Amino acid sequence: MARTPLVFGLGLAVALLVGWVAFPRVLYVQRHQPLEFRHKTHAEKSGIVQCSECHAFRDDGTFAGIPSIAICTACHSERIGTTNAEATLVENYIKPGQETPWLVYARQPANVWFPHAVHVQRAALECRECHSPYGESDEVRIYQLNRVSGYSRDIWGPSISRLRRAPHEGMKMSDCEDCHRRRNVEVGCIGCHQ
Amino acid sequence: MSARYGMVIDLDRCTGCGACMMACAAENNVPPVPRATPRTGLTPMLVRKVSNGGEGVDRREVFIPIMCMHCERETPCVGVCPQQAVEVDKATGIVMQMPQRCLGCRYCMTACPYHARYFNWWDPQWPAGMEKALNPGVAVRMRGVVEKCNLCHARLHSATQKAAATGKREINPADYVPACVEACPTAAIRFGNLADKHDPLSLEVRSPDTFRFLTRLGTEPKVYYKSKEAWVRALAESNSGSGVETKRG
Repeated sequence: MARTPLVFGLGLAVALLVGWVAFPRVLYVQRHQPLEFRHKTHAEKSGIVQCSECHAFRDDGTFAGIPSIAICTACHSERIGTTNAEATLVENYIKPGQETPWLVYARQPANVWFPHAVHVQRAALECRECHSPYGESDEVRIYQLNRVSGYSRDIWGPSISRLRRAPHEGMKMSDCEDCHRRRNVEVGCIGCHQ
Repeated sequence: MSARYGMVIDLDRCTGCGACMMACAAENNVPPVPRATPRTGLTPMLVRKVSNGGEGVDRREVFIPIMCMHCERETPCVGVCPQQAVEVDKATGIVMQMPQRCLGCRYCMTACPYHARYFNWWDPQWPAGMEKALNPGVAVRMRGVVEKCNLCHARLHSATQKAAATGKREINPADYVPACVEACPTAAIRFGNLADKHDPLSLEVRSPDTFRFLTRLGTEPKVYYKSKEAWVRALAESNSGSGVETKRG
């Protein structure tokens, strides 16, 4: 009988270890982006200041998201560097006119309608409030794919427990709702679902 | 200001061509269901043919396009849903069905007095190549859930987005016209904002020829019908299904 608390404690420790450490490793599979890309270098060398210079809106208010290869071609029509990524970009994508198959960290499920125009152009939110200061980073992150849902880990956020979560970490429906509640903006189902 | 979107369907103008049904299916990614019967098909917009029961020269027929009536009060489908998958949108008055929340119990189909809700008996399948023509603004529904007319919410989204791009909150009414309204060759289906007193639709619903179905239930539908024929207007409170035949299932 004296061993019961010990066994319970040990069992709890094993369960927590599996839940917090092993499970996320099994749940997410790591995928690499097709190219090296540095937001910071682009901002410094080409003088791009605004996110919208590459991540543009169309005239009808739709958001183009990741820029098309035409925007890359404007500067990279020939190799302008010596890195492998530069060679890959020019030879594999720019010369054949092929779009780069980027993995989109913030891709939402098909039934979600997220209007960038409403949030950025009308409500004047900063990109970083949802996307983190990723635009200032010097590397492409590894894309983590949830094996069960098929979505990016960015939707759940980096922390499995979601405790002490920064506002830009996580893009679940509850995160949208939290932000809307904080700003006192009421939206029904139809406001965000399609 | 919140809107109250509604329709007037002029039955004297409806020729029963079915263009509204086709436009609705194309806009809302409604899959063709070859195995379906009139009871199991997917027709968020359905043109029904009704006769006055007469014979020979006395016989009269009318085509009645039936869709979700977007009931304003005591909305029957909202109250019975155990999943909170249906709500009357406060900003637009649209009765919104959320198929992703639906568990497929079909209480709402039983509750709907207008039979305007449909169950997905099969997973959606499109003929080869047709999946490329899907509307990216509308999520495809899976087998086992209920769907209905959401008043072409993807078009409302596009209009909202377009307005927001210029910093506006109010949409341009010309940007939000449901597919059935747009497709109707005789302009029998008219759409507008009933909360706006100056909207032509608000004036039209006050015409003595305008009526709604089953108003005695007190659900305040926002889809109105119009006819100069007294026998057609008398159908409004009719319980009987006799003389009704579905044009297409």
